[in-house]
Amino acid sequence: MKPAYVWSAIAAIVLASVAGDVLLSRAMKQVGDVHEFFRRAGLLAVVGRTLRNPNFMLGILAMAVAFYSLLFALSWGDVSLVAPASASLTFVANAVAAKLFLHERVDPHRWMAALLVAGGVALLAA
Amino acid sequence: MTFRKYLVLAGVTIFGAIGDPLLSRGMKEVGGISLQQLPSVILAILNPWVAVGILFLLGFFAAYMTALSWADLTYVLPATSLGYVLLALIAKFVLHEQVSTARWLGILLVSAGVGFVTRGPALTHNPPAESGAYVPEPVSSRAEP
Repeated sequence: MKPAYVWSAIAAIVLASVAGDVLLSRAMKQVGDVHEFFRRAGLLAVVGRTLRNPNFMLGILAMAVAFYSLLFALSWGDVSLVAPASASLTFVANAVAAKLFLHERVDPHRWMAALLVAGGVALLAA
Repeated sequence: MTFRKYLVLAGVTIFGAIGDPLLSRGMKEVGGISLQQLPSVILAILNPWVAVGILFLLGFFAAYMTALSWADLTYVLPATSLGYVLLALIAKFVLHEQVSTARWLGILLVSAGVGFVTRGPALTHNPPAESGAYVPEPVSSRAEP
């Protein structure tokens, strides 16, 4: 299969999973600390409250797109290219997206962590 | 960070690390999928390896959502990346595969990244929760060192 196909699928995985991660993270912050909520109201209340959150459902949708893009990519290319390439690009893109959209304080420690992990993941497949 | 929270992060790491290889093996059995046969990608979940892989990824997802409810995205992702190291160690000591120098260097980098992020606070920004019965504690009391 042509490399352009594989890299298009990888780009789709990265974009969709970053969108999904950001939406899910925002949703769970809106739901609140699951441990605390579970202790007060029980499992059904936690699940129900999570499922009613619109950001959660959008996040699931984005993750589904990422999942099927991954299946396409894996059937077209080697897992030793697809997995590390999409994972390491997702780490860096997530750090940028979390700063822009979630207003997380991404300090130098966290940039270093994202870059080191991204580099390490790329090497693990070499 | 409490012991229970570390357990949740360990769950994210381990379920994720086992789920992906199962999916990979299953999709190799299913074979190449072309754009002309889109329905076959949905039927891929009938393959037992893919099905078990999806079960593991469901466990991963529950743990991941729990972690995101009390920690930043940029904390959870690097902190759970030890799964890649776990995979390489399984390859070396269980499957007796050759682990190259580049891979050991990769393990070192990932571990260093995990060390960097876990020394900082888990939560740096806490938007107001949606109106409802339960209001979480303010950031100052939740962001343990």
